[in-house]
Amino acid sequence: MRYGRAMTTTYAVLSEGLEKRFGRVHALRGLDLAVPEGTVCGILGPNGAGKTTAVRLLTTLLRPDRGSARIAGHDLVREPAAVRRVIAVTGQNTTVDGDLTGRQNLRLFARLHRVRGPAERTDVLLERFGLIEAADRAASGYSGGMRRRLDLAASLVRRPRVLFLDEPTTGLDPASRNDVWAAVRELRDEGTTVLLTTQHLEEADQLADDIALVDRGRVAQTGSPRHLKALVGSYAEAVVADPAALAPAAAVLDRLTGGEPSFDQERTAVGAVTRDSTLTLPRLVRELDAAGVPLLDVTLRPPTLDEVFLRLTDDRPAGGTCRTDDRETAA
Amino acid sequence: MSALAHDGSAMLGRQLLRVRNNPALVILTQTMPITMLLFFGYVFGSALAMPGAEYRSFLVPGLLVATAANGVMTGMFQAAQDVHRGVTDRLRTLPVNRAAVPLGQAVADLLVTAVGTVPFLLVGLAVGWRVEGSAPAAAGALGLLLLFRFACVWAGVFLGLLSRSEEAAGQLGSATFMLPLLSNAYIPTGDLPGWLRTLAEWNPISAVTTALRHLFGNAPVPEGAAWPVAHPVAGSLAWCALLIAVFAPLAVRRYARP
Repeated sequence: MRYGRAMTTTYAVLSEGLEKRFGRVHALRGLDLAVPEGTVCGILGPNGAGKTTAVRLLTTLLRPDRGSARIAGHDLVREPAAVRRVIAVTGQNTTVDGDLTGRQNLRLFARLHRVRGPAERTDVLLERFGLIEAADRAASGYSGGMRRRLDLAASLVRRPRVLFLDEPTTGLDPASRNDVWAAVRELRDEGTTVLLTTQHLEEADQLADDIALVDRGRVAQTGSPRHLKALVGSYAEAVVADPAALAPAAAVLDRLTGGEPSFDQERTAVGAVTRDSTLTLPRLVRELDAAGVPLLDVTLRPPTLDEVFLRLTDDRPAGGTCRTDDRETAA
Repeated sequence: MSALAHDGSAMLGRQLLRVRNNPALVILTQTMPITMLLFFGYVFGSALAMPGAEYRSFLVPGLLVATAANGVMTGMFQAAQDVHRGVTDRLRTLPVNRAAVPLGQAVADLLVTAVGTVPFLLVGLAVGWRVEGSAPAAAGALGLLLLFRFACVWAGVFLGLLSRSEEAAGQLGSATFMLPLLSNAYIPTGDLPGWLRTLAEWNPISAVTTALRHLFGNAPVPEGAAWPVAHPVAGSLAWCALLIAVFAPLAVRRYARP
């Protein structure tokens, strides 16, 4: 998030060396983040990486042990009240009141935000998030997708400058997930900065302008999805008709990619990673064909973020801590 | 201060909406003391040395105060529910006065209690309880009752904010049911062994119960009791002041803690 941008960039979220410990668990070990205004930043990491702790610190729910941060220019530790005026938070641990109806919830939030015309604002949001019909039912009876839409609507009663979404689509079906994604894109287009955590690489790929790969309490790598993929390289693979053809195919891949070919005997396939961005699919086919390889299928594709993640963070030691959720340490 | 009033009234509104959305829960809670009055009044009342009608007059103030003490449970359960369902954290990220949420909860509870006491008093009248003192004294008794409830809810809110889970809060809350058993709410403490009597009479419930019996004119202040019971009105006010002075700031601080 600190590349190729002019010096005048203003950051909606700027943190330096944020640290947080819970007893013996070092949840964050120095988190540096710089999220330019009006962008979507995806905090991507496995369970226990410190994503939720990071959100809780940045939204004034926890006080950092060390380090500092500014949210839309306000110091997190010294001006928490000012920070709260410019942020909104939605997550599994920060939700609306299930005992109230959707409408009652939105009106309550509008009142607390001192929005003029809370009833009108509520109607606009109910309409926008497709909650008109369910508006007068208790939120505890909503489906997961409706509940998340209501949570999101409650965050928007007064447009925040920075919106924090903690795993906004966890547990949602694909249709509801697409709704949330559409809402995030719309907000970004309206100029809201969004910081979202996710374990889903596809989600970060879909939504984020920049990704911060978080691993064991630190940012392991930052960049746009494309940038991160380029760091890892594309993946070339040939499926051959005859196991005997694997060796010549591997030789061609070795020469073209400079990567180390790996074999999949079951599929009679051989693949390799390449950082050579000039390698094209036709050339790959021509060269394999010229070497007499009986080709069944050829692939040249950018790496998935899963591959990016595995390559750019250290391998976790086997039998290491395997918490089900980093929220437990944040409680 | 105007922020506290604004945010506090919004939070008060929220709590009242919850009651309106789910009236069954409140009605059920308010039925409990009525059921106990009928059970205790007629079952225990028939077995005690005290004549039944006299015991029921004795019991009404006791049950009023015992029910008020349940404010610990109610306050704790509601606060714990909000914490563990993520509502508290959501509210903490809003630009809301830090005292508004617990204050709104305590005031809403006060209103619900005030209304909920009416049917109980009507049943009390039906089983023979009467206001035997002056009207201002009786009004004072009700005021004292609500003040005690308010104090108990603050203690409950603080404990609820500390709770590890909703279930834990529920279980600990149920334990507060025991508190009136070691007081003069259901039985006179005069015949208890010395040390047990001292313990029971230093229970805040005893002072408030005695004050109510005294102000309603239902029973005289017992002789030779511990100070809070021997001076029931002053003792009750002191207990309430102490509870509020300790638990209200603790609850607000705990709520505001980042």
